[in-house]
Amino acid sequence: MFKFASLLMTPAAKYLMLAFAVLFPFFAANEYQVYVMATAFVWAIAVYGLNIITGFCGQLNLAHGGFFAIGAYTLGLLTADYGWSFWPAFVAALVMAAVLGFLVGIVSLRLKEHYFAIFTLCVGFIIYLLIDKWEELTHGAIGVRDIAAPYGFGVVDFTDTTPFYYLVLAFLVFAIWFMGRLSKSLLGRTFIAIRNGDELAQSLGINLMRNKVLAFVLSTTYAGLAGALYAGMVRFIGPDEANINHTFDMITYLLVGGIGTIMGPLLGTVGIVWITQSLQFLEEYRMIIFGPLLVLLVIFFPRGIAGSFLTWMHRKSQALGSGKKHKESKVNTVQPREAESNA
Amino acid sequence: MNLFFQQIINGLTLGSIYGLVALGLTLVYGILHIPNFAHGALYMVGAFMSYFFMVDLGAHYWVAMAGSAVVVAILAVLCERLVFHPLRHSPPIHDKIAAIGILLFLEAVVQMFWGSDFRRMSSPFTGILNFDGLIIPEQRLLIIAGAFVLVVALQLFLRKTMTGATIIAMAQSRDGAFLVGIDANRVAMMTFAISGVLAAFAATLYAPINLVYPAMGHLVIMKAFVIIILGGMGSIPGAIIGGMIIGFAEALGGFYISTSYKDIIAFGLLVLILSVRPQGLFAKGAH
Repeated sequence: MFKFASLLMTPAAKYLMLAFAVLFPFFAANEYQVYVMATAFVWAIAVYGLNIITGFCGQLNLAHGGFFAIGAYTLGLLTADYGWSFWPAFVAALVMAAVLGFLVGIVSLRLKEHYFAIFTLCVGFIIYLLIDKWEELTHGAIGVRDIAAPYGFGVVDFTDTTPFYYLVLAFLVFAIWFMGRLSKSLLGRTFIAIRNGDELAQSLGINLMRNKVLAFVLSTTYAGLAGALYAGMVRFIGPDEANINHTFDMITYLLVGGIGTIMGPLLGTVGIVWITQSLQFLEEYRMIIFGPLLVLLVIFFPRGIAGSFLTWMHRKSQALGSGKKHKESKVNTVQPREAESNA
Repeated sequence: MNLFFQQIINGLTLGSIYGLVALGLTLVYGILHIPNFAHGALYMVGAFMSYFFMVDLGAHYWVAMAGSAVVVAILAVLCERLVFHPLRHSPPIHDKIAAIGILLFLEAVVQMFWGSDFRRMSSPFTGILNFDGLIIPEQRLLIIAGAFVLVVALQLFLRKTMTGATIIAMAQSRDGAFLVGIDANRVAMMTFAISGVLAAFAATLYAPINLVYPAMGHLVIMKAFVIIILGGMGSIPGAIIGGMIIGFAEALGGFYISTSYKDIIAFGLLVLILSVRPQGLFAKGAH
């Protein structure tokens, strides 16, 4: 069992998952399944953003859905109302999410813990209200129609589901790769140090504000990226994209998968999206199950699927002794989290 | 001039409701240092319980209010026992996520039983008082008077009774309270029960001039958070003053500036104040 488990964490497992994702459209029963998978991937990208600020840096950002909507609306409005073509608008959406993230970040990150969570909750709501009420700009409750689809420079046609699926997959792979690099870098470790203790990190000479703002901007850029892809895929958006429930959904995905891990956001998002899909009757009442699930997870498995798995592996490898220990202990983010939960 | 006084009455009404909800929130925060995101859901359940007792069981308004207060108090205590108590040693982010879990659950349950339609709840106080051209609906007067009575009663309870004193002691110093032998579990449960009762009263008072629906708690809870940040987390007078500030800002802003943006006023105020004073308006130090 252990050998099988350790296989899962080797680079080979990641390539296997990638191969599965690449081949998925070929053995999917119908186009709808491909579409669902693409949606799951879009959400996963946003959840990776949440993972940076909440998982690594330890700041519960409740405005994440708002930044997703900002990405979606920037792309939607620029292409539908101002005649931009897709890719320039796409870049503009990322820039917009990053710039607004920077502005919100420099104000909100001066606040600690609860204050930050409450402040971002309010920011998320302001974004929703602005989208809903500012009819001259956003069309209010009617939403934005006729959003341009990405053009494939004459090579591919992204209006079809399958090519779009690969486009999203490419962005997702990039997002995960970047996250992996980040977690191993000094910057990623700096974020984790901030999560484990503001004051301790500061006493080590870490500039709290600069690093937190950087984490926040990265996370909102991820959200903007996901939002822009979403708008390009669905091609119709409404104020509901900024609904606080989307943020809560993303927190659920993150927590189920494993907060502060590399593969957690993907596992959690894809897993839950498919579970909700296969239990259609759950759609409206899914929170009756996911609400208590969230509570049970934070009480009993605060590290989610990937996190619990990594901890288990870590213990196993320590029990097995010298040979593997050296290698496995490199599985990042486990040690600081254990230290934190023991504290 | 009359229109201006009308807005003053509206501000007082809104301020009373917000103040009551914020009071419960601030009490829980003062004792347990949990920002209870589920408090808005308790408020919403309070309104639905009153609606259920009045419409489905035909109870009188006051009976319904009392019944709903009991139900919500029990619910709040259950939340404390089953969720927040096991999490007392976890990192603070877990409390917040668990509170969100409760919020989502309660909303989904209410939606399952009653659907997401907007409902109207009647009250026996439908009359309108006319003071020389100044028109005050009875229900609004009841809200202001009710909030006043509840706040005074809460103050008396906290200052004059032994059980109330244990809550104050716990809020002042956790360790100090333990040293003199105060039972933390009892205080925690009682605080949650009080916050639930306040939420149910506020909801039942406000429901007749508003609508009852599963998402009704969202705006109220967010404004209550704004209020306790303004007033200093854990401060009781702060919650009442903060409630009035937001109530008046909304009533006057909605009338003189723009109705459709009146909900943004509270949040704009918060952003403005926290940008200048990150620790809140009246707080001594940030937590």
